[in-house]
Amino acid sequence: MERPRENAHGLRSYLIGFVLAVVLSAVPFWLVYTHALPPQRTLLVIGIAAVLQVLVHLRFFLHINFTTTPRENVLALVFTALLLFIMVGGSFWIMFDLHARMAL
Amino acid sequence: MSAAHMSEASLSEHEREEIDTHEQRAFGFWLYLMGDAVIFALLFATYAIMIPGTDGGPTGKQLFDLNNAAIETGLLLVSSMTFGFASLQVKAGNRGAVLAWLAITFVLGAAFVFLEVREFAGMIAQGAGPDRSGFLSAFFTLVGTHGVHVTMGLIWIVILGAQVALKGLTMPVASRLHRLGLFWHFLDIAWVGIFSIVYLPGLL
Repeated sequence: MERPRENAHGLRSYLIGFVLAVVLSAVPFWLVYTHALPPQRTLLVIGIAAVLQVLVHLRFFLHINFTTTPRENVLALVFTALLLFIMVGGSFWIMFDLHARMAL
Repeated sequence: MSAAHMSEASLSEHEREEIDTHEQRAFGFWLYLMGDAVIFALLFATYAIMIPGTDGGPTGKQLFDLNNAAIETGLLLVSSMTFGFASLQVKAGNRGAVLAWLAITFVLGAAFVFLEVREFAGMIAQGAGPDRSGFLSAFFTLVGTHGVHVTMGLIWIVILGAQVALKGLTMPVASRLHRLGLFWHFLDIAWVGIFSIVYLPGLL
């Protein structure tokens, strides 16, 4: 039985994920608290930190990777990402275009 | 997950069937979560489009509280980690520790729901309920949907805690705990979207 070693490995995974998530949450919150950067830059940092944090959660908490995760799970995830891109991107495209036309 | 590391030869027919069932259910649950992700994404898109639709009513800047959002973020993140510790103890076969970590996760999740309900009640009390503007309808729908998910997760933790206490860490119970873990970690990912799209830009 390899349980102790497996557990140590699992524990490390959760702790690394936790520390990274704390940093990736603290930075955007701190920027909004202090207004240390201009709003546009802060928005950019919030967006980048959010994407990175989602990846951290997938990797260290949900243990998604390209070796041990079943391929169909990864495929479902990638397909969902594609759907989100089409639906969210499409909604924004249509609504902002409509907004611009209404304003004219 | 740990089942995959055992040598296949040492498994009886029955054990192998249980592992197959577990893997099928984990995949089915994963598909449900992907569907849930689509729901959340569309609620996020709706919210982003509705931000300017305040109808002369209060904006996010006037309503949101950065401290409250920060505490909620911390509670949910720590609870995600403590659920991870529970999962590790399931693998180690340590029933008491599983129950303890589930209890801690429950308390953190319940504190999160308490803060959210208090925030909603405060907003509704000052006339900023979901009926005030399109912006607020979208806000309550998005954040409320997440809150309902967390509440369901809490009920689920209680049910599985009872199963761990009564039945022990049998293969079916461990399999259910695995799916609850997927659900709980998924909710923390949805929350990352909420503080990054609703609270932080709202208070900028």
